[in-house]
Amino acid sequence: MANFDHDDAPPNSAAPPPPASSDALGYDPNFVPDSVKSFVVHLYRHIREKNVYEIHQMYETSFQTLSERLFKDTPWPSVDAVAHYVDNDHVFCLLYREMWFRHLYARLSPTLKQRIDSWDNYCSLFQVVLHGVVNMQLPNQWLWDMVDEFVYQFQSFCQYRAKMKNKTEQEIALLTQFDQAWNVYGVLNFLQALVEKSMIVQILEQEKEGLEQFTSTDGYDYNGGSNVLKVLGYFSMVGLLRVHCLLGDYHTGLKCLQPIDISQQGVYTSVIGSHITTIYHYGFANLMLRRYVEAIREFNKILLYIYKTKQYHQKSPQYEQILKKNEQMYALLAICLSLCPQVKLVEETVNSQLREKYGEKMIRMQRYDDEAFAIYDELFSYACPKFITPSAPSFEEPLVNYNQDAYRLQLKLFLYEVKQQQLLSGVRTFLKVYSTISLGKLANYMEVDEPTLRTILMTYKHKTHAVDGDGKIISNADLDFYIDDDMIHVVESRPAKRYGDYFLRQIVKLEGVINDVDRIKLE
Amino acid sequence: MGREVVQPPQQQQQQQTVPYTVEQLVAVNPYNPDILPDLENYVNEQVSSQTYSLDANLCLLRLYQFEPERMSTQIVARILVKALMAMPAPDFSLCLFLIPERVQMEEQFKTLIVLSHYLETGRFRQFWDEAAKSRHIVEAVPGFEQAIQAYAIHVLSLTYQKVPRPVLAEAINIEGLSLDKFLEHQVANCGWILEKGHGRGQLIVLPRSEFNHPELKKNNADGIPFDHIARIFPILG
Repeated sequence: MANFDHDDAPPNSAAPPPPASSDALGYDPNFVPDSVKSFVVHLYRHIREKNVYEIHQMYETSFQTLSERLFKDTPWPSVDAVAHYVDNDHVFCLLYREMWFRHLYARLSPTLKQRIDSWDNYCSLFQVVLHGVVNMQLPNQWLWDMVDEFVYQFQSFCQYRAKMKNKTEQEIALLTQFDQAWNVYGVLNFLQALVEKSMIVQILEQEKEGLEQFTSTDGYDYNGGSNVLKVLGYFSMVGLLRVHCLLGDYHTGLKCLQPIDISQQGVYTSVIGSHITTIYHYGFANLMLRRYVEAIREFNKILLYIYKTKQYHQKSPQYEQILKKNEQMYALLAICLSLCPQVKLVEETVNSQLREKYGEKMIRMQRYDDEAFAIYDELFSYACPKFITPSAPSFEEPLVNYNQDAYRLQLKLFLYEVKQQQLLSGVRTFLKVYSTISLGKLANYMEVDEPTLRTILMTYKHKTHAVDGDGKIISNADLDFYIDDDMIHVVESRPAKRYGDYFLRQIVKLEGVINDVDRIKLE
Repeated sequence: MGREVVQPPQQQQQQQTVPYTVEQLVAVNPYNPDILPDLENYVNEQVSSQTYSLDANLCLLRLYQFEPERMSTQIVARILVKALMAMPAPDFSLCLFLIPERVQMEEQFKTLIVLSHYLETGRFRQFWDEAAKSRHIVEAVPGFEQAIQAYAIHVLSLTYQKVPRPVLAEAINIEGLSLDKFLEHQVANCGWILEKGHGRGQLIVLPRSEFNHPELKKNNADGIPFDHIARIFPILG
């Protein structure tokens, strides 16, 4: 159900998009089949009874099954048609509409009017959560999907609006009239308000001191309270990370995620879509900040996790998305490792998958000729987020498409960085085979003069030493060196062996064995 | 299932009559177009008082990104100069990521991008030559030279245990008597040591760090967090 970053629907070419009702002949928004009636009635009852397990079943399974069977290429019945089966409950209708639009976005292409209506629905829904007293308990999967879809529809709207060339007069009139719909301030402020109002940052802080339970209950409230605001606030931090990445603001994005400790399991890992979205954007932002080791470490972990668990998701509606993000993250890992060859950080299974997919390309990327740049370009373009231009277009100038502008800028700046590092893989190759070498000799081998070599060596040092979030210098170098006057001394960093964890595990294991042995009664 | 409590969202803001500092505004209300003028003034304040706030400046660039018609290229240029001064941090790229390409095409930004390129690739000679040609941009920001010199010394310290005097001179753009004076100061305050090189003049011994003396790298990888040990306490006891 999660729509994280699915491809944009095909552009509505020259012709204005047909209204949804004519998409499939015979769609009657007021016709409610019995199975749908039973679906809403039961879902409504389970929500009122706070039966999270049943809600989750209906949300994940029944909704999918019904969509597949009855609404493959038409929308679900309109909310007005089902409202009287659910006591016209205001909140339930908002939830129903949220799913209604999500289904529409996933299977059909939304009209501008529908995009605007969906925005209005999110506004009402979030207003209720923020300012109302909501006492529901909803599955994490659903709450994640709401945040995820909200950001997706924003991204999709920006892309749609940026394709100005083929807009009809009517569309432009609507865009001008409803200029608040999917406005970037509105989107960011909703996410921010959910974070603040939920007090989630304070909750996570207090949890560290044992004063609060959140992670251990997966965010659910077992004391009769509601999990909705808290968990929406929590996922909104991931939403903010994603929006900031879409805008190219990686520093701020990472800052928004900071309250979540991603070195540990957390509520974000309880939903696969959220887990992947978090790490994908976290890794991407670190890549753009030149913190390659950090990116490699996290990509490695999640790719290994996906490798081990993907069979359990085969039937899930998110399966395709999981595979797509999996492939994209391999491409990003290939980029990171080409710029920072710390292969030791990558687990064997991940490494062999990587070699299979990108082994040949990675060898060519080391060459730093035009072809190598073309591969960097290709992998980046394939794996990067769908960058957006958040500002509204000017409707007066000749209408031009600007939907590629944001992407082109990020790509250009990334390739600029790659170019600055182009001589580093050469110098690395030489340093690998020497323990000491004079500047003169190395300059000779590299066919540059000595002053140039000094600049290359300083570039190597600068580019392999990133600045972390606290302003501390961290080394990303697999191969390090220092210069004493005009002699280079090379030091290969050895992986630190971790005995501590090993012994800890063995002690616990031994204790288990001893306990088992103790329990055996010898007659 | 829930009911709505009527509570206009503006209510809260109206109660906040206490004036905020700009840093607080950015922390409390980062997505508010109304703080744009405050942030612009704050950039000028950072320039004159030789302070720096990346978060505030990114916040302003973000507002420009949302409303390009309100962008002041003069302010953007100042932000970029300040970001250069924050090297080795990647702030300059962080800012460029948010500035539309057509703006980056303007002459003054092209110059700044070239300057950044020289710094990123350790080409200090070219950097100082280029900077001398663009005095009007960089001299508008006090402390520029010293900040770049500090960055040059940072990169040299990562790279060298002992650096030949001419290499240092070129990187920080100080020569002759001024360099002698500078070195004297560094010897007294920063632990630099002057040595005679074999026949070819002076060598400067830079302070030891884990980057130019890799053997100093602390091997705390084998440390074990306390809570891991705590887990086996019952067994040990």
